[in-house]
Amino acid sequence: MLATGASDGSLVRLEHVHKTYQMGSAEVHALAGVTLSFQEGDFLAIMGPSGSGKSTMLNLLGCLDRPTSGHYFLKGHDVGEMDDDHLSNLRLRELGFIFQSFNLIPQLTVQENIELPLYYLGWEAEASRLKAVELATMVGLGDRLQHRPMELSGGQQQRVAIARSLANEPSILLADEPTGNLDSATGKQIMELLVELNRSGKTIVMVTHEPDVAAFASHRLHMMDGVIDRIEESD
Amino acid sequence: MRQFRLIRGVQLGIKNLMLHALRSLLTVLGLVFGVGSVIAMLSVGEGASQQALDQIRKLGSNNIILSSKKLVAEEASGARPAMMSIYGLTYDDDARLRESLPTVQETVPAKVVRLEGRLGERALELRVVGTTPDWFELVSRPVLAGRVLSNGDYDSNAGVCVLTETGARKLTATEHVVGQPISIGGNVFKIIGIVVNEKGSSSIPIPDQDVDAYIPLSTARERYGDHISRRTEGAMLREYVELHLILVQVDNTDDVEATAGAIDLMLKRFHKKEDYDISVPLALLKQAEATKRTFNIVLGSIAGISLVVGGIGIMNIMLATVTERTREIGIRRAIGAKQRQIISQFLIETVVLSSIGGVLGIGLGVVLPWAITHATKMPTIITMWSILLSLGISVAVGIVFGLYPAFRASRLDPIEALRHE
Repeated sequence: MLATGASDGSLVRLEHVHKTYQMGSAEVHALAGVTLSFQEGDFLAIMGPSGSGKSTMLNLLGCLDRPTSGHYFLKGHDVGEMDDDHLSNLRLRELGFIFQSFNLIPQLTVQENIELPLYYLGWEAEASRLKAVELATMVGLGDRLQHRPMELSGGQQQRVAIARSLANEPSILLADEPTGNLDSATGKQIMELLVELNRSGKTIVMVTHEPDVAAFASHRLHMMDGVIDRIEESD
Repeated sequence: MRQFRLIRGVQLGIKNLMLHALRSLLTVLGLVFGVGSVIAMLSVGEGASQQALDQIRKLGSNNIILSSKKLVAEEASGARPAMMSIYGLTYDDDARLRESLPTVQETVPAKVVRLEGRLGERALELRVVGTTPDWFELVSRPVLAGRVLSNGDYDSNAGVCVLTETGARKLTATEHVVGQPISIGGNVFKIIGIVVNEKGSSSIPIPDQDVDAYIPLSTARERYGDHISRRTEGAMLREYVELHLILVQVDNTDDVEATAGAIDLMLKRFHKKEDYDISVPLALLKQAEATKRTFNIVLGSIAGISLVVGGIGIMNIMLATVTERTREIGIRRAIGAKQRQIISQFLIETVVLSSIGGVLGIGLGVVLPWAITHATKMPTIITMWSILLSLGISVAVGIVFGLYPAFRASRLDPIEALRHE
């Protein structure tokens, strides 16, 4: 259940989170007191105009950044207290990223890209290979393992990125405008894949400014000037 | 697990470098030439010093060589006819050395005379050494045919002669001449053997260098006496020299230098002028080794500079690579790579690059000396340690000059890096 208040046993709990950036002499309050928690299995869309703080929110949830003040608990861990190594470890074990521009490593093959999280997890070569084949097959690219990202279409690249984000079996999938670089038909296919993942139990947090993309999510969180404006729930 | 990651890291490094094969090659070119020239220079230096050391060793590290020296002032007065110059080592010196210095194990006196030798049709001036049989123990060389001088030959003032390889070649003699007569300075000798001697020019006097024949010292003294008369530029040059050489063998290496000092003191007491030279191969050896060390330090400094230059080239390119791959770094960090994993990735890549440079440099360093020897006949010796040193330095250059770019890469902010175009 989604609620704007503290609740125990949540997967994610944000308490009065502020994020302030120093831009020259001016202070920018990207997040101005966000309190939010959600459970495993939720599909959350973060919406809002540019500058509303939705990217900052995703970076914080993705443990790429720490709150200036307030608390962020991920599976009970206080992220604000962690050093760089611990944040890296949390990303490695609990999070998967999907980006607007796919962000595959161009010199690596599809298989190697999918294996990347497993490499940092220290998996054996054969085990990683099997996992990569399984995931590539799941996203419908089992026959493209040895291709380079440049040889694939945008939709296919995003499928590889999704396969990579799933390799470490993360607690949360974080998607930043996942359909932003795709045409609407391909975008729809990607969204269907995400919905399918959510149905099978994956927690997803997605940033988008397109209402029809956000419509796939179970909860829509509207942000404005660094605070949560309102939350919509699908039936 | 760590091992597996290292192998994967090296594979990834090679892969990334191969993406820009030409750039990688150009990057390491400085290091290739640095390493190549280090090995080549060291091999030339090693070859030259080995040659010198070999010559010195041939003199024997337990030996001291005394030789008679005609003084310059003496030479000038000797130009006047009817004057006779008397100089050099004497039989008494030889006897005194043997009797009064306990560390002296043996002495070998020798006279060196130039006489006309005649064998069959050939007649040439020969350098003849009159000496004792002990010579052949101190200056030990392989015997090609027959035998060397014996104590019997010496005691009986026998008219026998041992040719050296040099002498035999001059007289175009083969081993068949053993047993045949040869005329030396008008006296007939029987050839009893042919022995190998030191050939070629050398800055260090080697006792048997350019010797053509040996005869017993007793015979030489009896038949030719101690006077030498030679006609030079119209003037008659008359000299009285008893011995030209005394080879001294010392009982052990540690006593050589002290014994040489004692010999000098003793000779000074009996010689009014310093009409003799004392040459100590061991001292020369030590000197040559010191020179070699200096040489190596100079080469090492030049090498160090060229390797630093090579390393800066590598660092420059790695910094560019880090900028170029900022986004990749961001992706890896987002996925969960720790800072030190980014460091090790770029460090491994730099070390792979510099090691490839090192290996190519070693290839160059092996080919260059070969070409030098081929073109100039200069001896070159490639030592194992110079190769291992170069390889070690290449790896070290990679680590030292790779650290900063790798550190820079690791300190990139993941969010910024992901936004990088």
